[in-house]
Amino acid sequence: MFFSLAAVEVGEHFYWNIAGFTVHGQVLLVTWLVIAIILTVAVLGTSNLEQVPKGLQNFVESVYEYTADIAKDQIGEYEYRPWVPLVGTLFLFVFVANWLGALVPWKLITLPEGELAAPTNDINTTVALALIVSISYFYAGFKAKGLGFFARYISPTPIFLPLNILEDFTKPLSLSFRLFGNVLADEIVVAVLCFLVPVFVPLPVMVLGIFASSVQALVFSTLTAAYICESIE
Amino acid sequence: MNPIIASASVVGAGLAVGLAAIGPGVGQGSAAAQAVEGIARQPEAEGKIRSTLLLAFAFMESLTIYGLVISLLLLFANPFTS
Repeated sequence: MFFSLAAVEVGEHFYWNIAGFTVHGQVLLVTWLVIAIILTVAVLGTSNLEQVPKGLQNFVESVYEYTADIAKDQIGEYEYRPWVPLVGTLFLFVFVANWLGALVPWKLITLPEGELAAPTNDINTTVALALIVSISYFYAGFKAKGLGFFARYISPTPIFLPLNILEDFTKPLSLSFRLFGNVLADEIVVAVLCFLVPVFVPLPVMVLGIFASSVQALVFSTLTAAYICESIE
Repeated sequence: MNPIIASASVVGAGLAVGLAAIGPGVGQGSAAAQAVEGIARQPEAEGKIRSTLLLAFAFMESLTIYGLVISLLLLFANPFTS
């Protein structure tokens, strides 16, 4: 029973065929759930705005301030405002996705193939998020400096040109691998411990997993803000 | 599957995680030592030091995670098997 609740299946997917594309259905299902949760909380929290916030509005405001502070800490007081939506959305999506994967006993729902889990334990999700980050820091750089943006490839000296070009590829690679590996590693460690000792022993690791997955959300959004700051300064 | 490729993949997967854990282990140790020293010298800065330390740990840990991703690739999605 306990073992089957925590078992992890790597490399097996619930395939859907949509218009000639093969997609991983279990990832899409949980992704939609994450989007629905965030949208519901955001709409309910902002639908009835009051001068003195209470209840859900209070919570949503504190979440906004937290995510705005992540952007403000990296990008700075004067430039951070346009980037709050991007950084905040990435933080909230990764955070809710990781916690949904860690807290909900998905094993109770059986799929024909594969299993429901955090959407971030599929490399496609994290690569997509990392590519969004890449595109947005290029956009930020071009918007701030125009073609002068390319001057950073030969700074401080032209000798650094290959390294600077390589950096544009390693940034999304490391972002996506970090998130994917951390989420999947937590699930595998919990599954292996549940296989060895099914009761009590996996609990501290599960708590560590919940903590680590929230730190990963913070790291992802902090790095996004840092990359954007690097290209606009 | 070719048995030589299978055994080499398993050994490689083990080595990938094991070797990737050495550097971050040393790094996290020295970072934690410096943080403890900082807290001992200035106990009122504990909260700030702790949050910075945890963020730095997450970055160091990701180096081991890269090794883990490679080993998962070798074990579950090996490109040389088919």
